[in-house]
Amino acid sequence: MQKIGVFVCWCGSNIAGTVDVEAVAEALKSVPGVVYSVSYQYMCSAAGQKLITDAINEYKLDGIVVASCSPRMHENTFRKTAEAAGLNPYMVEIANIREQCSWIHKDKEEGTKKAIVLAKAAVAKLKNDKPLKAGTSQVTKRALVIGGGIAGIQTALDVADAGYEVDIVEQRPTIGGRMAQLDKTFPTLDCSACILTPKMVEASQNEKINIISYAKVEKVSGFVGSFKATIRKKARFVDETKCTGCSLCMQKCPSKKGKDEFNMNMNNRPAIYIPFAQAIPNVAVIDPEQCIKLKTGKCGLCEKVCAAGAINYKMEDELIEREYGAIVVATGFKPIDPSPLNEYGYAENADVVTSLELERLMNAAGPTKGTLLRPSDGKHPHEIVFIQCVGSRCDENTERGKPYCSKICCMYTAKHAMLIRDKYPDTNVHVFYIDVRTPGKNFDEFYRRAVEQYGVDYIKGMVGKVAKEGDKLMVRGSDLINNQQVEIAADLVVLATAIEPDPSARSIGTMLTASMDTNDFFTEAHAKLRPVESPTAGIFLSGVAQGPKDVPETVAQASAAASKVIGLLAKDHLVTNPCVAESNELMCNGCSQCEKVCPYGAITYIEKEVRGPGVREVRRIAQVNPAVCQGCGACTVACPSGAMDLKGFSNKQIMAEVDQICL
Amino acid sequence: MIYSYYPGCTLKDRAKQLDLNARTALKAMGIELKELDAWQCCGAVYPQTSDEIASRLSAVRALSDAENGKLITLCSACHHVIKRTNYDWLKDENFRTKATNYLKPEVPYDGSTQVIHVLELIRDEIGFENLKKMVVNPLTGRKIGAFYGCMVLRPGKTLAFDDPENPTIIEQFIEALGATAVTYPYRNECCGAYVALEDKSAAETQVDRALNSAVKAGCEELITACPLCLYNLVHNATANKLPVKYFTELLAEALGVKEGE
Repeated sequence: MQKIGVFVCWCGSNIAGTVDVEAVAEALKSVPGVVYSVSYQYMCSAAGQKLITDAINEYKLDGIVVASCSPRMHENTFRKTAEAAGLNPYMVEIANIREQCSWIHKDKEEGTKKAIVLAKAAVAKLKNDKPLKAGTSQVTKRALVIGGGIAGIQTALDVADAGYEVDIVEQRPTIGGRMAQLDKTFPTLDCSACILTPKMVEASQNEKINIISYAKVEKVSGFVGSFKATIRKKARFVDETKCTGCSLCMQKCPSKKGKDEFNMNMNNRPAIYIPFAQAIPNVAVIDPEQCIKLKTGKCGLCEKVCAAGAINYKMEDELIEREYGAIVVATGFKPIDPSPLNEYGYAENADVVTSLELERLMNAAGPTKGTLLRPSDGKHPHEIVFIQCVGSRCDENTERGKPYCSKICCMYTAKHAMLIRDKYPDTNVHVFYIDVRTPGKNFDEFYRRAVEQYGVDYIKGMVGKVAKEGDKLMVRGSDLINNQQVEIAADLVVLATAIEPDPSARSIGTMLTASMDTNDFFTEAHAKLRPVESPTAGIFLSGVAQGPKDVPETVAQASAAASKVIGLLAKDHLVTNPCVAESNELMCNGCSQCEKVCPYGAITYIEKEVRGPGVREVRRIAQVNPAVCQGCGACTVACPSGAMDLKGFSNKQIMAEVDQICL
Repeated sequence: MIYSYYPGCTLKDRAKQLDLNARTALKAMGIELKELDAWQCCGAVYPQTSDEIASRLSAVRALSDAENGKLITLCSACHHVIKRTNYDWLKDENFRTKATNYLKPEVPYDGSTQVIHVLELIRDEIGFENLKKMVVNPLTGRKIGAFYGCMVLRPGKTLAFDDPENPTIIEQFIEALGATAVTYPYRNECCGAYVALEDKSAAETQVDRALNSAVKAGCEELITACPLCLYNLVHNATANKLPVKYFTELLAEALGVKEGE
């Protein structure tokens, strides 16, 4: 008979408020096999752990049940405690009486009853537990960063600084991301390019960093420490090693109808182009949709003028296969298309622009060379209306826009308003808002400066209609403080559009089996305590891919993600999870069901001589690679002959739990 | 084709032109409107409280009486009330139960009737391309603006009539008749509706804004589907004035079947 100890945690009042923890400890005493049962205020505390250690030693326990919070929270803690006391760490079972009991119930009597049942089930499982030994796996000392915006750049720089190789895979022809498109940054109003481009150069010059631009990650397999990625480097038709970035080809290219994506499609660019002057790599790319040579076979002007001989019309996509120990998701964001919110007339009126478009209109490298001119007639606007929360904080039932706050809009709108009032004092600026949300260091002071020193007219209320009347945009909204309708004849309307994850995020999330929320932001392993890790081991989160963030926050999170990556890459070996699947050779009928459902490719079939009572023959049987198996259990469910079993969660253990609860 | 038809009270009195021309024009297009045997006032205003059952009962009766699962409406207000009631019938069990208990019908309404405005009938069952072919007197050269008002457009999801912010159905209709459709931004605004009775100035503000905008955009006449909009556009305009007609008058004119003025 095993000697089992039961430890019931109060979790302060978290559990004890709804569950009579002493009654639970008392009830468990009468369960056969339980030789010790006790409750304590905080079992995870040093004193609580000592209680467990002492009991293991004193009663010579073979296994312990801790009735406490979710195993995701403290299973590891208690396994370590048990191991330190000389017990096999897999002889520890957690009965979750917090998330699955006290937190969701109100009635103490019911809660107590349920907690007792859950603890008894854990004891029943524990009786079938076997000591397990964890193996080890190798760590490939290289990181993959998906996305080359400020988040990806910062993570890569920090990881490289610690001495590890990093590959940045960027889908656009240059790194820099959204931040490269910004004119100024809040709250200090320093020029975005001036602080970003040195970082881009630093990344490109760092010998540990390899920038793979104009590329996408196509396939990822493997697991933490040994991922294998296939990267498709799109044909740019320009040899990166030869191009000097002289831009002569851009001047000569006769096809000038491509939309300039960097300037938010507000002007045209040639078919061969460098996205912007400080692009990294500073190498041209040919847009195959626009290139006359690639479409008709005639032209070839760029090839003729290129002194470096870098043009290659026959270039094809290249596939790169590489192994990584860690993967960082830094896929960033895009502003939403405000057209469906058509009360603002974005689709109909050229002078209704998004904030990111305004950034380009105010930037010296933008379509207007930094002079604020409105798109329709190139005139200077004298009356500008900003509308905040366009597509943010929407009622989920309306199905237009996002339920969340995009977080950065209040600050960038204050920035735009202030910059315009500063540069063009003859221009009136009005801002319609629901709330002004400016927490953050020097943020609220910044907003107040816009109101108090720059005389920006903030109107609390939303806009119901933007109508074009002659060359004016009539903006009608409500002023909730004065309780009246207001109508402003504006020259330019700027929409502070919500931000949403980059469209590539969803497929990357699926590829990495990294969970996402309903808005396609990546979910963190713990909302408070593990904010830069995905629940999928070895996947880390950097920047807006995880949720709306401004530049300083993105940089902080990017560095945090880097430190987690470094912590992983610094290890030579990882302890693998011993709770992996195992196939019983004698019972396996070779049907291949398990192989088909295995998401990790851990199961292969081999021809093997099988020996057992009255059996001695060569059969086709399943074999699990324990280094690859992640212990998901899909195969054990699929197996029709019951041959496949999961260590630590064997069919016998699960049935013992179920019987305990149901019988 | 014969369709069940709900005219509504206003169409029997002040808005006779809307009704008569619809019947003759559709007849010319091969569609017969069969007026429901016994219909009552739709309630005119959709109730703003969800537990107000009685004022929606008339709409339920009409929905229940429609033959072949389709009920044609014409007046914007009737369309609005009946369509929203139909939506409630599908979504709100409390309303469904109470209304059924009150009406005690032999066969309870099953919620399957489609409420179709005449404009939708023309768009979806005839098609503007076909309408174009049926036109006898094309209205070439006339610059006509649509005044949608709010009743047929909102709430957008329930009425599912057209894009509430940027509707095009009446403009397509105007173009099909050979005239030039003039678009102006205030065509989907409230005309002031019944507020005109209490606060004339409110209706005047709304109507003047719309008419000024329409005139500026080059409209020479307006058409509408709503008797209340027509009333306000004609009677509460203080500055610019435009001739306002029902869309069915224009239709009958183009098809060469217009009833006497």
